[in-house]
Formats: sequence, C-alpha cells, structure tokens
Amino acid sequence: MASTIAEKILARAAGEDPATVSPGDHLICDIDMAMSHDLGTDGVMEHLEEMGVEELWDPSRIVCPMDHVAPSHTVEDANQKSRIRRFVEEHGIENFYDVGTGICHEVMVEKGHVRPGELVVGTDSHTTSYGAFGAAGTGIGFTDMAYVYATGQNWFRVPETIRFDVSGTFGKRVSSKDLLLQIAGEFGTDVARYRAVEYAGEAIEDLALDDRFTLSNMTIELGGKFGFTPVDEAVTEFVDERTDEPYEPQRADDDAEYEAVYELDADELRPKVAKPHRVENVVDVDEVVDVELDQVFIGSCTNGKFEDLKAAADVIEGNEVARGTRFIVTPASREIYAKAEREGLIRTFTDAGATITNSTCGACIGMGMGVIGDDEVCLAAQNRNFQGRMGADSSEIYLSSPETAAASAITGRITDPTEV
Amino acid sequence: MRGTAYVFGDEVNTDVITPSDYFGQPIEVMAEHIFEPERPGFAEEIEDGDFVVAGEHFGSGSSRESAPMAIQAAGIGCVIAESFSRIFYRNSIVIGLPALTVEGATDHISEGDVLTVDFDSATIENETTGETLDFEPLPREVQQIFDAGGIIEHYRQHPEGLRIDD
Repeated sequence: MASTIAEKILARAAGEDPATVSPGDHLICDIDMAMSHDLGTDGVMEHLEEMGVEELWDPSRIVCPMDHVAPSHTVEDANQKSRIRRFVEEHGIENFYDVGTGICHEVMVEKGHVRPGELVVGTDSHTTSYGAFGAAGTGIGFTDMAYVYATGQNWFRVPETIRFDVSGTFGKRVSSKDLLLQIAGEFGTDVARYRAVEYAGEAIEDLALDDRFTLSNMTIELGGKFGFTPVDEAVTEFVDERTDEPYEPQRADDDAEYEAVYELDADELRPKVAKPHRVENVVDVDEVVDVELDQVFIGSCTNGKFEDLKAAADVIEGNEVARGTRFIVTPASREIYAKAEREGLIRTFTDAGATITNSTCGACIGMGMGVIGDDEVCLAAQNRNFQGRMGADSSEIYLSSPETAAASAITGRITDPTEV
Repeated sequence: MRGTAYVFGDEVNTDVITPSDYFGQPIEVMAEHIFEPERPGFAEEIEDGDFVVAGEHFGSGSSRESAPMAIQAAGIGCVIAESFSRIFYRNSIVIGLPALTVEGATDHISEGDVLTVDFDSATIENETTGETLDFEPLPREVQQIFDAGGIIEHYRQHPEGLRIDD
C-alpha cells in the first residue's frame, strides 16, 4: 500500500513496515528528539520526580530552551529557571539554550535538532513547525513528555492526511501567512483536525524556508497534528550546515491516499486579516481598514523569522510609526537578530520608532512584556487571536502578515500593505 | 458515573478553559477559574462528578496540560464532546480524565440533563430524555494507560514501556 509522509515516519519510528500501517492505527513509537521549553521543563521535572526516574532515556536527544518568559520578570520565574539550570546540569543535557537564544522552535531548527524523516515531540503546540524540514513534529503535554524523557517512547495514532495544492505565484506583499489565513477562513480551523497536512504545488516550492515554516507552524491552528512542506535541496542544505547526524527524508508515494485534496491559487490571494477572537474569522484586509490600533506586534515563532522581518522592514523603511500606536518587533532568535542587524533591518525599525525586543514568546502570549490593556486593540503578526491571550479579556487581537502589520504601524489603523 | 451536564458550544479553546491570568498558579487555583471568560462562576456552580458537554474541537489551542488538569481538579467526572483537539485528548488520557467522543453530543444532551456513563458498555444514558448514546471505546494501547490511572501510574507498574506483546 502506498503511504503518506506521516504514515512513513510513524511506521519507521514504530519499527513497522509502512505498507502495513493505516490511518486510525495506534503505534508505540521511538522518539528521535524531544524538546521542552521553560514553562514545560519545570512541569516535566515534577513528573519525573513523581515517577522516581533518576536517569533519563538519552540526554543527547533532549533539548531545553528557555523562551516563554525571558528574561525573568518575577522572582518566582527566576527561581523556576534556576531549578531548570540545575536539572540540565544534573542530567547532562548539553542541548540547553538559556534566556536570549531564541524561541524554542527557531532554536530547534537553527541548532540542527530537526532532521527530515524524524519524529520530534515538544511541550508546545507549535512543534508542528518542524514539518517545514520534513520532520513529524507535534506537541504533547508535560506528563506525556516526562514519559518520553524516561523511556524514549510514546503512543501515536496514525492520522489521515489531507493535502493543499497551491498553484501560481505569491504577489508583492502577499505571503504564506495570508495563504494560511485564507485556508483557515475558507475551510475552517478544524479542516485538519487530528490529521496530517501536506502542502504541495509550485507556489509552496517557491517559498523561502522561513515562509514554509509559517505554514507548518500554523498547521496547529487548523487542528493539524503534523504540517509538511516538501523536502528539497533548500532543506537538506540548511540541515547539513547544522548537523552531522545522518537522516533519511521521507516523501509521499505518488499514489498515497489522501482524505481530501484542496486546490488554491496563490495568484488570487489578497492580504488577509483574522478578526477577534478566532483564527478562522478571516476577511480581506479591505474590510477592516478602519480599525484603529493601540499596538502592532511582529514576532513569535510564527512571524519573527528573518524573512518576516525583512518583508516588514521593506514596508516601513523611511516611514514613522503613527502617534498613539506602539510598534513592537521581536526577532525569533539571537541568530536572526544578528543577521537583521548586519543587513540594516534593526536600524530601519528603530529609525521608524519601533521597539525591538530580545527573542522570547513575550507579547504573543501576554507574558513578561507587550501586554495590552482593557479595550485595547492590537494587530499582531503571530499565530493566535484568542480572547485575552495578549492581556485584558476586553482587548481585541487581529492577526495578519508582517507586511500588513508594518503598513498598519505607519498609519495607526489596519492598512493594506500593497497600497503603501 | 452519574452527574449533571453543563453544555458548551464548538471550539472551546484552552485560553477559555484555563485563562492565562492564572498561569503559574497552583492547579487548585486554576480550577476555581475554569471557563471564566465564557462562564464566570462556573467552578462554584458544579458538583463533583458533573459533566462538561461540548461541540466540535473541544480544547483547541495550546498544549497546556493545565486545561484537563484544572477540569479534573474542579471535580468534573468526564468531558463529553463531539470531537476533541488532539493535544487536549492526549493530555486527558495521560492524567486519567475520561474524554468521550460522542457524535451529535450537543443535539442529544441539554444543559441540566442528568447522565450516567457506563464504561463497560461504552454508553451514556440520558436520564432526562431517556435516550442512550454510544461513545467510541478507546483503543487498547490507550486503554492500558487509562486503566492504570494515567501514564505515571502506568510507568510505575510497567517501567518497560507501552508495547503490547501479542
């Protein structure tokens, strides 16, 4: 029987022949890499203690970045981080990335911990990001992760796979974020529920890795378990620069079975905005151009990548942020920050009046910084606009691409980036 | 397991179940504030063993395990939904909170209905309407975790792992 990418990776991790594995099967899989961030690691540590685990399964396959609250904003958080530093020392976890290195998913790929064909779990829903590098990445909870840290295994249901075939070419200042929002709006945020997603077609193949990452990352907003984009030379070159570990990319068979195949045309895409409080509440930017903004944010694992910053800087260059609007830019990693600095993007943002922050989840989750107050309105190039996520329950979050966010920072209201 | 049903809509996400205002607080505190953005005071309304009934995609959003843990700590006996987000479903199994998938749950169960859940027959009796509903039984790889009382207990009983030898 022909197989999809998800079926092949899970079968391999379970030691089974892919031909014998079908959607709906439950497999016990060996994990290739496991990641827990600051908020997760502390929870995992507690459970490991409860389980009586003294020695971890394989410290070289465990990665612990500190990103969600970084640097600490309370004594309590600082103490939590001290506990985590002791934990990684005691267990010989070398892949420890302290405050400031970057947001966990960006750090995972930059440091070579994500390789095509592998099964990766993380204590974060956006672990789906690794599909942009051909890895089956998915989020699990703290207890599930403690079990992985102890044994190196866990159970997985083999998901059905759906595919989005995207033809055409993205227009100027229209990006993969607009495509993802288009999918959420057109097909709903449950279109991929418990399913694997494969993004295919010429428009996807033409995307920079950073922009494919956005699709894989936000696959969880469609309910998805994994979100794959094609493994091509761009992917293998990136990975080979960062790791010597061997890996085996998995590609879908031509006659693999998909539960559904949806066709989209990048040529027809317009800049999109998701209105509060749901990701599927999507309209063309033209329909919300009157909305006034207290804050504009570009950052998070979804939109703090180099290509995101570059696209936003291109829009804002030579302009100034509107009076009455705060514009916050958070590069997703120190490596991205450094590259953005070398290429002059940081200067462009600061000249325009933006606040550049260190690399952290921060404003996206309303923790540590960038919090919005009662009745305030924020346009955010990030992944979620759930009620109260960035601050007050009465505040409102609109989602857009970095291009639209930058254009809106100039005017202080939601603005079509193609008209700037 | 017998209790009263509290019915929610589709897409109840983790920011609604456990608002981020209470992040980092003990689970007992989070339990006092479950569903607060949608139903302030919910935790005081319910009694031990009551049921949360919901539509599609219950528990969407973040991977925070505090969502099912807070529901369990608040005294909810099980969550019955038309479908679950994958991560919420996993996190429920892992802590031993039953998450039951029932087609058309919100069509057949209304606010205040009294339900009895029978795990052996995989059925829910709605005493208020007299209707009996089926839920999808768990696959045995998952059932073994639930039977042990959660994955931590499973590890204590079977440190060798989850593989079932046929």
